[in-house]
This record gives sequence, C-alpha cells and structure tokens, in this order.
Amino acid sequence: MSEQSLLQVRDLSVSIDNELPILNRINLDIKPGETHVLMGPNGAGKSTLGFTLMGNPHYVVTEGNIIFEGQDITDLSSDKRAKAGMFLSFQNPYEVPGISLSSFIRNAYHAQTGAPVKLLAFQKSLKAAMEILSMDESYADRDLNVGFSGGEKKKAEILQLLMLSPKFAILDETDSGLDVDAVRTVSKGVEEYQKKKDGALLIITHSTKILESLHVDYTHVLVKGNIVHTGDGSLVDEINEHGFERFI
Amino acid sequence: MADNKQVVADIDRSLYDFKDIENEKDFYRMEEGLTKETVLKVSEEKNDPEWMRDFRLQCLEHYENIKMPNWGPSIEGLDMARISSYVRHKSDMKGKWEDVPEEIKNTFEKLGIPQAERESLAGVGAQYDSELVYHNVKDEVAAQGVIYTDLESALHGEYADMIKEHFMKLVPPTDHKFAALHGAVWSGGSFVYVPKGVKVDIPLQSYFRLNAAGAGQFEHTLIIVDEGADLHFIEGCSAPKYNVANLHAGCVELYVGKNARLRYSTIENWSKNMYNLNTKRAVVEEGGIMEWVSGSFGSHTSYLYPMTILKGDGSKMEFTGITFAGKGQNLDTGAKVVHIGERTSSVISTKSISKDGGIGTYRSSVTIQKTAKKAKASVSCDSLMLDSISRADTIPAMDIRTNDADVGHEAKIGRISDEAVFYLMSRGITEEDAKAMIVSGFANPVSKELPLEYAVEMNNLIKLEMSGH
Ligand SMILES: Nc1ncnc2c1ncn2[C@@H]1O[C@H](COP(=O)(O)OP(=O)(O)OP(=O)(O)O)[C@@H](O)[C@H]1O
Ligand SMILES: [Mg+2]
Repeated sequence: MSEQSLLQVRDLSVSIDNELPILNRINLDIKPGETHVLMGPNGAGKSTLGFTLMGNPHYVVTEGNIIFEGQDITDLSSDKRAKAGMFLSFQNPYEVPGISLSSFIRNAYHAQTGAPVKLLAFQKSLKAAMEILSMDESYADRDLNVGFSGGEKKKAEILQLLMLSPKFAILDETDSGLDVDAVRTVSKGVEEYQKKKDGALLIITHSTKILESLHVDYTHVLVKGNIVHTGDGSLVDEINEHGFERFI
Repeated sequence: MADNKQVVADIDRSLYDFKDIENEKDFYRMEEGLTKETVLKVSEEKNDPEWMRDFRLQCLEHYENIKMPNWGPSIEGLDMARISSYVRHKSDMKGKWEDVPEEIKNTFEKLGIPQAERESLAGVGAQYDSELVYHNVKDEVAAQGVIYTDLESALHGEYADMIKEHFMKLVPPTDHKFAALHGAVWSGGSFVYVPKGVKVDIPLQSYFRLNAAGAGQFEHTLIIVDEGADLHFIEGCSAPKYNVANLHAGCVELYVGKNARLRYSTIENWSKNMYNLNTKRAVVEEGGIMEWVSGSFGSHTSYLYPMTILKGDGSKMEFTGITFAGKGQNLDTGAKVVHIGERTSSVISTKSISKDGGIGTYRSSVTIQKTAKKAKASVSCDSLMLDSISRADTIPAMDIRTNDADVGHEAKIGRISDEAVFYLMSRGITEEDAKAMIVSGFANPVSKELPLEYAVEMNNLIKLEMSGH
C-alpha cells in the first residue's frame, strides 16, 4: 500500500516555536488523485497541519515524519517541498508589494522547473487559467495580493495552483469568504486541476459547497490536535447537519 | 507584464570591486593633507582664473573655522591629513574614446561605459579620480545648443561669466565644513547648459570613479536648464574597496528656469571605505519642475540630503530615494525642501533598507515660508529592517509658517516578515531569492523611476547586498 502512496503522515506531532503542542500523532495516507477533506472546529489545528506539511519553520515537528513519494521530507525546506510537487493554498495569503502576480508566478514556475520560461506561451496559459477563474486580466499586473479582496486573494491562490500544477495540493479554507458564484468558479478551477494532473487534494473546509462537484474519498475530523474520526464522503454532510458534537 | 526587471542576472562581484592596475608613474598624486600650499597647488594644476584661486583660499579659511558636524554619524575615521586631494592621470581629457589611456578605458568598459552612451545617452562624461578623462556629446544634441563640458574648460570659455555667476552661489562655502572643503579643492565635474525651450529627449550621463586609495574626490556639477527647457541627467559613482578611508565631497548645483524641467538621477555605489559627504541643491523658478531619483548603496558613512528651493510660484519638486545600509554602513540620507513661491508643491518619498547591522537614518526637512501661500507638501518614508541587529530611524522636521498649507506625513518602519518569506518559498523560491524578491518589490517604486538599464543595475546591487558579501 505504501508503494503507491503520494503522501504519508506518520505519528506526526507538532509544536509552535518548540513550545506550544498543537498536533498530536497525526496519521494520513493520501494516494494520487484522491480527495481528502479535513474538518474540525476553529482552532483544532487544521491550518497548523497545512503549514507543517508545507514546511513553515515556525511549526516544529516533535515526533513522527512526513513522506512524499517515498522520500522523507520532514526536514526539507519549503521551497524544496514545492519543487517536489507540493502546494498550499493559504487561508490568509500574504501581500507582497512591488512584484506583480504574473511575474511572481513566472518566477515560481522558473524556480520549480529550472527551465527558462517562454514568455508568450506563459502569457497564453496564464490568460486561459484566469478565464477559468473569471479573473480580470488586469489582475496579472497588479502587485501580488496587494489590495485584493478576500475572495480575489483566494482566486489568485487557485490561479497559482493551476499554473504550477503540483502533484498534491492543500486548500486551506479556499472557499471561505467567497460569494456563491465565486465558490462555483473556484471549485471549477480545482476540478480542472484534478482532471489535468490527476492531482491529489487535502481540502480544509467548514462548508460543503466547494465539494459539490468533487468526489470526496475520505473525510477526517480533527479535534484539539487529534484526528478523532475518518470516514467517507458522506461524513461531510453529516457534520454539516449535526456539527462536531458527537466527536468532542 | 513589463516587469521583467525582477528577473535579475547573476551577480558578478568583481564588477565594482576590481582594482585597476595602476602604473604609478602615469599618475600625478598630491601629497596628503590640506594646507594653503596644497590648495594653491591644485589651483595651479587647474590653471584657475584669478578669482577662482582667491575663492579657493577663502574656502580654506572657512574650512578651518567651521566645526565638524556633530549631529550625524561619526566621521572620526576620516583624517584629512591622510587624504590626497588631487590625483590625476598624466594625460589630458579626451573627446575620443580611443584616445583614453588603456587602463582607464578598461575600467570604464568594465562598468559598461561608454556602451551605454552608444545605446541610449545624449552625452557622457567620465571622471577618473580628480579629472575628467572623457567627455562627449552627440552631434544632434550639440546642434541644439546644449553645452555639456568639463567645468575647467568652461571656466576659460564662452560661458566663463555664467559660471562665475552661479558657482557655489546655491551652496555657499559657509554652508558646512565639507562645502568649504569642496570649494577649496574642487576638481572635475561637469557643466551643462540647456538653452531656452530646448528639450533634450535622451539623458546625459556623468560617471565618477574614484580609483586611488586614500584620496578625495571633489567634483562639481553645475547644471543650468533655461526657461522652458527639459533635461534628464544621470550620475553614477563607484570605487574599489581599500582599507584606508576615502572621501567624496562633491557638490551639485542645479538651476531650473521658468517652466523648465530637470530630472536628476543618481545610482551611487561607493565602496565601503568611503565617506560620502555630498551636497546637492536645486533652485526652481516659476512653474519649473525638479525631479530627483536617488539610490544610495555604497559608502561607509553618508550624509546626503538633496535640497530643493521652490522659489517661483507654482514650482514643483518630487524626490524619490532609496538607501541600502549593509554591514558596517551608517547612511544618513533624506531630502530637504524650502517652499517660497505660492502654490508650490513637493513630494518626498523614500525607502530605506538595513541589513547585517547596517544603520539607515532618514532625515528630512520641509520648510514652508510665509510667502508660500497654498503650498502643498507630502513626505512618506518607509523602512525595512532585514534582521534584528540592523537599525532604521526617521527624523523628519517640518517648519510651517503659513496657515493654508496642505501637509501630509507618513512614516513606516517594519521588518521583513517570516510569513511572507515562507509564502514565497512555498512556491518553490529559495530563501535567498524570496528575500531578495521582497526587497526588490519594496524598492520597486524607486526602480521604476529609473531608466531600464539603471533599474537592472539597482536590482543587481540589491541582489548583491542580499547575498551578504
Ligand atoms: N503562529 C502561531 N502562534 C501562536 N499560536 C498559534 C499559531 N498558529 C496557530 N496557533 C494556535 O494553534 C491552534 C491551532 O490553530 P490553527 O490555525 O491550526 O487552527 P484551525 O483549525 O486552522 O482553525 P480555523 O478553523 O479557525 O482556521 C490555535 O489555538 C491557534 O491559536
Ligand atoms: Mg485555519
């Protein structure tokens, strides 16, 4: 089984800046093309898991390991994880003044592939991806996330997902703060990503809307740093109706 | 999508720091120290008219009477007794690049001059140590009546009176100790005159290279842009690193006529043993516009506050500056403006970056005199510290004597955010590149004001500083 695993998380415990323990012995097994959903109350540690998987140095692994395509990446820096094919759509993307969205994506693309970026081809695929996400072309030239609305920032994250097409993507509340139409557009973008690349997903969410057009393979419930339950796609609807009460 | 400035080429450190193999016997070097004799010797070397020789001696007296500044970074490491005020190659200034002595030519070729001239400049001047070694103006620009020459020959030519009328009138030698010093031993620099209504479409450039160890460079730049005329002047400076102190005390005087416009851009990359005590000042007549773009990267210690006097009604100035203080550097920079005319307006916006214990101080002063009815002034300064051992300070001063002035001030001091670095890294960008990208982005409002090749140079300098040499 481990042979075909894309991402394996083994007994992972995490503290913040080596002091505050947040996650306790987390186990996950994600195969190519699978969609996993992670749900849980506010403050349960969902974003912490996303940051840890992606290698944010503030989140210190105190126990266990992370294995991606058979390679132990627990100590790998974040840029190397990205190069290996991992991606995180941030719950709160950062604003970076002075660098445009398009040149940022171009730099990232170049950093990941090492190959020179052909400008025209790049612009064409950027334009196509922006169309899927109903983003106005002018956003490409705006400073990265600067002055973007909450929803626009989320779209810009999915735009990066489409352009960088990783093997595995974590979407941290990509749907929150989006209006009804935007959720539909974004989930179309996610679908597109999965179709194109047979990409695997770990979707952190509080709602079901983004999941409507996706087939969910597993649902995990995280409470106070522990995965307390794992079920199939139907668990999402159940939680949506009854909340987390029965897991707490 | 025009933003390919971000993609910077690999840095070649040897670009600025190489030392030219100097053949000592080809150089005349004045003995160190500053006395009446040395000043007279400079004067003689330069074949000064009498008034200039007398002026130099007066300046020396002022120099001896004025105290060292005690309000800024320490300049204790600077010992005038160990600085040679005058070093020159024993050849004359050339109008043809081929005729410039080989080793000097090589230096400038390495720095990209005069390739730059062929490509996109109206004229180029190149100063090596104390003297200009090369000066050239494109024919079509000269045909418009534009004068671009070294100050020395201008002192003896057709424009002698004009120079006498303007030389150190805007920056009097009594202004401060190093202005007096400049007056006493100035050498080299450029004189530019743009006649009425003439618009020079492409920039003129001067490049200053201080190559000798333990020497001073005291070039004087005098630019007069007559009524309705338009000019962009670019100044570049660099020096190789030595273990002894070098001194740069240049002086720039800019006269912007009625409805004229002057843009003055500087990329300064002095080596880190340089004391940069430079004075720049502009006076702007009615409806005129003065624009400064200033990038300060090098030097051990800098005092630099380009000043604009908005004399005429409706005159305007805009100052865009960036300072990068790395290890061992204490850069005290900013801008000054004095509003005199009615409806005058000024915009000062500066960025400062400090790293590896570097100290960046932003110091500005805005004065709105009683006569400056309905004046408008806006100041914003933004500092970025890249680690916890570096320092950034802001010292803005405002003196407003009217009651209808529209004045705005904004200051921000921040640190590079770990989270932002992580965000970029999570996309595959290395830590070093992520930081350089954030810093270039921070500097972008300045680099986009520069002509493309200088913006590229500035990004190269940022990358060079970021890689922590
Ligand atoms: N950088 C940090 N510094 C201090 N505490 C932190 C930090 N990051 C997370 N925490 C704490 O860790 C716990 C888990 O936070 P996390 O952001 O992972 O929750 P979450 O499950 O994503 O919540 P939400 O649904 O609200 O997004 C919280 O108590 C939070 O306050
Ligand atoms: Mg969260």
